Amino acid sequence: MKKTKKPKLAVWKFSSCDGCQLSLLDCEDELLAVASAIDIANFPEASRAVSKGPYDISLVEGSITTPHDAERIHKIRRQSKTLITIGACANAGGIQALRNFKDVKEFTSIVYATPEYISTLSKSTPISDHVHVDFQLHGCPIDKYQLVEVLNAFLNGRKPNTPAYSVCIECKRRGIICRTVAFSQICLGPVTHAGCNALCPSYDRGCFGCFGPKETPNTTSFADYWSKLGMTDRDLVRKFRSINAYAKEFRLESEAHEG
Amino acid sequence: MKAKTSKTRTIKVDYLARVEGEGGLIVKIKDNKVTDVKFKIFEPPRFFEAFMRGRDYSEAPDITARICGICPVAYQMSSSHAMEDALGVTVDKQIRALRRLLYCGEWIESHALHVYMLHAPDFLGFQDAIQIAQKFPDVVKRALELKKIGNELMTIIGGREIHPINPKVGGFYRVPYEHELRGMIDKLKWALEASLETVKLTSTLTFPDFEQDYEYVSLRHPDEYPITEGRLVSNKGLDISIQEYEKHFQEEHVEHANALHSVHVGSGPYHVGPLARYNLNYDKLTPKAKKAAKDAGLGKTCFNPFKSIIVRSVELVFACEESIRLVEEYKKPEKPFIDIKPKAGTGYGCTEAPRGILYHRYKLADDGSILDAKIVPPTSQNQKTIEKDLFNYVSKNIELSEDKLTWQCEQAIRNYDPCISCATHFLKLHIERE
Repeated sequence: MKKTKKPKLAVWKFSSCDGCQLSLLDCEDELLAVASAIDIANFPEASRAVSKGPYDISLVEGSITTPHDAERIHKIRRQSKTLITIGACANAGGIQALRNFKDVKEFTSIVYATPEYISTLSKSTPISDHVHVDFQLHGCPIDKYQLVEVLNAFLNGRKPNTPAYSVCIECKRRGIICRTVAFSQICLGPVTHAGCNALCPSYDRGCFGCFGPKETPNTTSFADYWSKLGMTDRDLVRKFRSINAYAKEFRLESEAHEG
Repeated sequence: MKAKTSKTRTIKVDYLARVEGEGGLIVKIKDNKVTDVKFKIFEPPRFFEAFMRGRDYSEAPDITARICGICPVAYQMSSSHAMEDALGVTVDKQIRALRRLLYCGEWIESHALHVYMLHAPDFLGFQDAIQIAQKFPDVVKRALELKKIGNELMTIIGGREIHPINPKVGGFYRVPYEHELRGMIDKLKWALEASLETVKLTSTLTFPDFEQDYEYVSLRHPDEYPITEGRLVSNKGLDISIQEYEKHFQEEHVEHANALHSVHVGSGPYHVGPLARYNLNYDKLTPKAKKAAKDAGLGKTCFNPFKSIIVRSVELVFACEESIRLVEEYKKPEKPFIDIKPKAGTGYGCTEAPRGILYHRYKLADDGSILDAKIVPPTSQNQKTIEKDLFNYVSKNIELSEDKLTWQCEQAIRNYDPCISCATHFLKLHIERE
């Protein structure tokens, strides 16, 4: 049989916490199998060895926050057949996008004694604002089983099975009692993208939206419901403006409640 | 490549691998003398302390966890403790024990990752753990299994291993039933044996002769090996409460790093992490951990940073033994958290992340909003010491070839298991010779 060349995988990091790429190393049962099926050509967190592009799949973690990174992502796009962004930073700008609602100069002087040493853009932006993205895998962090599913799908030329419905569907499927209906607790489940298997509700906690907006979320109706129950605009802003603050649907809803 | 004997010499690594984050290093050499060593931290700044202002106290554990995907529990614990200090509440004994158990899970996961997958390849001459697996598959399988058990412990208690969702200020959203945790005992017993093997294995590695006169700083607790609380002590006479931290340690901002450097006022660079904990708390280690250390040829103190890989393995033994004890003694608390009323105040928290002390301080308004936040991660505290190590190490080994010296400098940096996302990411090796 003709020996086929193993597909090349590269992992790239921008502004982030490293947690999403760590998910790959956290696939303890699958890691050695993955490493035998693909050539891990660039993954600095795990290896000194680097081989040159082009790459069949690039996984991109992190958001764009510096002029240098805004250029680097174009180079990576040019070398990548398929570019997949992983996690809230790469897909929506991440928690560091909270700066997008404030004056970044003031931020720099709060954290750093000598702000002129710091080179930064005024906004933290998702990768898709800069280059074409073939697929977005959601989560803060991503779910490692979904990551294996996505890699498997792309390597075999099929569509990944990562539904874009809400966390509510996952709750119903697991038979978890509704945090909102039964406990009057705020839960972003109705407007949040599935993928965590209703993790927070299964721990007696309302969803806080770490997988970002579901497809076509009705955030306005959600906010109205909580306003009628007495939630203040300030708290509504905080709810929508956290890990996925700069994701379009959450951003627009938070801005609608800003006084 | 043969080293030039005079004039300029430049050794450069653009992007240091097998560390958590982005950074580099420049070493300048003139006439065979090291003239300058600089870490370049080019991990972009993320401004956590700034955007925390105006957020609710209860959001701090979820937000600060996002500083680091490798040690999120450390951030959740330091921030929760600081908030509880500010709000004048203390969690009960069982909640405290459960936090310690969760933290042990993070130590097991993080130490197993670093010992086998990030640090060991340097000693064995491999590029990564996957290369090790081709030659020694059983060793890497053991490493992955050990790491997985740490992750499982975190998943049961925290909900997931990266950015757990269950811890909160005042305790947990939900606490596990006894049977959920008891199921871990057999696995932890296996992990304990695997950790003892890890100590044996790491003690057979070859270490450069490189003893340094460090000031070690760690927590110290009267009854236990320190993880979540204690006083801050050093081997040079420091003994303070964590509330006094900022009187004794200061951060400096230097041009070449997006992370702030910490110094001990009056004495300079200091060293935090497994070596510091071991040197200052040897007497508090569990029996098997002490014996493993002795069998590995470690004394009660150790001043060779390359041997941190053995000490980290000894801490793996400790964390497994301690986890078994905590699981066996666990009784489900009646209530998963204590009730909290927001009020104005200032609070302090300091816990032992796998790579060293992590300090948080918050000032709160009457309604519980954060007015001011300060976070000092372990890697920024070690940065100056790492630079000093590199200066001394390169000076001592200046005749080595470019390739060897570069790799050994990387190894010297990895001794600290640096977490650059925490410190805002650094590491790029660039040695210039003049």
